[in-house]
Amino acid sequence: MKHIALGILGAAALGFTASAASAGTLDTVKQKGFIQCGVSTGLAGFSAPDDKGDWKGIDADFCRAVAAAVFGDGSKVKFTPLSAKERFTALQSGEIDILSRNTTWTSNRDSALGLDFVGVTYYDGQGFMINAKKLPGVNSALQLSGAAVCVQSGTTTELNLADYFKKNKMEYNPVVFEKLEEVNAAYDSGRCDAYTTDQSGLYGIRLTLSSPADHVVLPEIISKEPLGPAVRQGDDQWAHIARWTYFALLNAEEAGVTQANVDEMKTSTDPNIQRLLGTEPDGKYGADLGLSNDFVVNIVKAVGNYGEMFERNVGSGSPLKIARGINALWTKGGLQYGPPIR
Amino acid sequence: MASQEILRGEPSRGSFINDPRTRSLFFQTLVVILVFASIWWIVDNVIENLRRLHIASGFDFLKSRAGFDISDTPIAYTSDASYGRALVVGLLNTIIVAAAGIVLATIVGFIVGIGRLSQNWLIRKICTVYVETFRNIPPLLVIFFWYSGVLAVLPPPRESIHLPFGSFLNQRGFYFPRAIWGDGSWLIGVALLLAIAMAWFVARRARQRQKATGQQFPVFWTSAALIVGLPVLAYLLSGMPLTFDFPKQSTFNLTGGFWIKPEFLSLLLALSFYTAAFIAEIVRAGIRGVSKGQTEAASALGLRSGPVLRLVVIPQAMRIVIPPLTSQYLNLTKNSSLAIAIGYPDLTATAGTVLNQTGQAVEGVFIMMIAYLVLSLVTSAVMNVVNARMALVER
Repeated sequence: MKHIALGILGAAALGFTASAASAGTLDTVKQKGFIQCGVSTGLAGFSAPDDKGDWKGIDADFCRAVAAAVFGDGSKVKFTPLSAKERFTALQSGEIDILSRNTTWTSNRDSALGLDFVGVTYYDGQGFMINAKKLPGVNSALQLSGAAVCVQSGTTTELNLADYFKKNKMEYNPVVFEKLEEVNAAYDSGRCDAYTTDQSGLYGIRLTLSSPADHVVLPEIISKEPLGPAVRQGDDQWAHIARWTYFALLNAEEAGVTQANVDEMKTSTDPNIQRLLGTEPDGKYGADLGLSNDFVVNIVKAVGNYGEMFERNVGSGSPLKIARGINALWTKGGLQYGPPIR
Repeated sequence: MASQEILRGEPSRGSFINDPRTRSLFFQTLVVILVFASIWWIVDNVIENLRRLHIASGFDFLKSRAGFDISDTPIAYTSDASYGRALVVGLLNTIIVAAAGIVLATIVGFIVGIGRLSQNWLIRKICTVYVETFRNIPPLLVIFFWYSGVLAVLPPPRESIHLPFGSFLNQRGFYFPRAIWGDGSWLIGVALLLAIAMAWFVARRARQRQKATGQQFPVFWTSAALIVGLPVLAYLLSGMPLTFDFPKQSTFNLTGGFWIKPEFLSLLLALSFYTAAFIAEIVRAGIRGVSKGQTEAASALGLRSGPVLRLVVIPQAMRIVIPPLTSQYLNLTKNSSLAIAIGYPDLTATAGTVLNQTGQAVEGVFIMMIAYLVLSLVTSAVMNVVNARMALVER
């Protein structure tokens, strides 16, 4: 019911807020002293609370990076867990300042929904997971004709699923839930034969099942899922801050600036690093964005560079052990490319 | 004639401003203007703010391709159908579960309600425990009880429980053979309709005869013989055109036959058992509301307890029962929106998905509100007709 309440709330908010031009998000955020960040209700590696209740994951860390850029303190974030259905209304109605919730960047969302995507923090693709113990002999998604497939409602996943089975002339029974936990529980109890979502998500979800070793992720990737944070359309300054926070994370990795060496890097004479860390005399790249000149230093101190963020949350330093693959820097054959700060 | 004017409450003397009629007219007009002005203000603000936030608005999206599949489709629907059709599918699913729920809840409710007044100690106590349990648990928990507690723990498809007549029960739902009607089966349908019409006619004649002569006629057995006998006769005459499609085991699941999914089953059971507890109390109140003298008078005429209940008590109790029963039917219909928790594609769930895929929250919520409003008003209207017919019996 929550999404309806939220929908009505959103509708009410749209109805009652005076139509005068609103103050910029940056000013509002500075005034209240923290960033309200919309995350998932719990997806390992992206945004999930740990046993102490701290939000962990790439998406959660991205919000910390933005907070570090704005306040110089990565802890000035409050997280709002949102279901797939609630996420856009929450951002549209101003309940959250930034949506960092494994959300696929699509043309429709960028235009008709009033969102502005900032970048692609994780290049993903949709896959299938099955219980190999219960279904021996199934090793391709093309063998899934007639299967019951668990999927979360209101996602691009739901649409890709319909397209894939239609294209391959296969039948299936969609078993659709609103909340991730409900989909997980239904799949775990055997209500469905297959589970479909972004592949990174499948690896994360597998860890939470009752016997992870029984389940395998099938090799097919059926869609492009560029996941990234989004802000409200029409506030260019705030969009720039979010976008350049992301680019700063990439540039820091490319320049070899890490959480451990950022302070000694500040003395570097390399002009590229000087511009990045705001130590260049007369440089005011941070101030132009509405931030402090050393905002990149604050970001890296709070969450490290992009590579560190990746390895810690989904890569070798995490239980997920996902390889960098196409998420490596462009210099290493991947797709992650940060335009220069200058 | 001042005294008469006071009696009519319309003093004509006094200034125009102090005239109560002018005043009442003025304030009523003022309230109407205020209501419309605030509605206009809200609508205007919504449109303005949607435009300012660069969110598309309007109902054009209803015609675009939906792109997602729905598990239960009472009418033809594929992912190529429009959002509008997806909403219709959701609405039909809501109507189906609500209608089935109302029938089941009424049957269970009446049995339990009468059971609570039984002379038998055990029946009375069982009914009391039932009512007190179900009406004191939130409906969402009852739904989870059936879905996660009862149906989800059934065996997987490969170890389905075999039931008589080629039916199966497993955690994916309940399967039973589907009748396939061959050539000439229209004759059976015609025979059934004919039998129902004849049964109605027999009942009418029997009633008239009893009123005129006092003689009774075995209406029930005659009707039963007609309704069963005629279609069977037609079936044999048309060369037995009926075959069955039995559910069979396939790679993933049972295929063929008729399949009721656990989402529908648990929602139906939860809604009816929950609402039945309230209906039972309404029925009990209705029966208690019929004065004891009526029962005693009926007994004094020599009627046994069955006919006393059927002919004297229940017809009078119905007048008390129907108005609150309407509220329960409306509650059941609205509670069906809890389906979203277990993934049954009712109106709320489908409209929610449409809302999310299109991002048109204001329009989506508006459509949902109108749909539930219309459903409730139609239910009320039907129940008001029933109520009026019952009230006519009053002398």
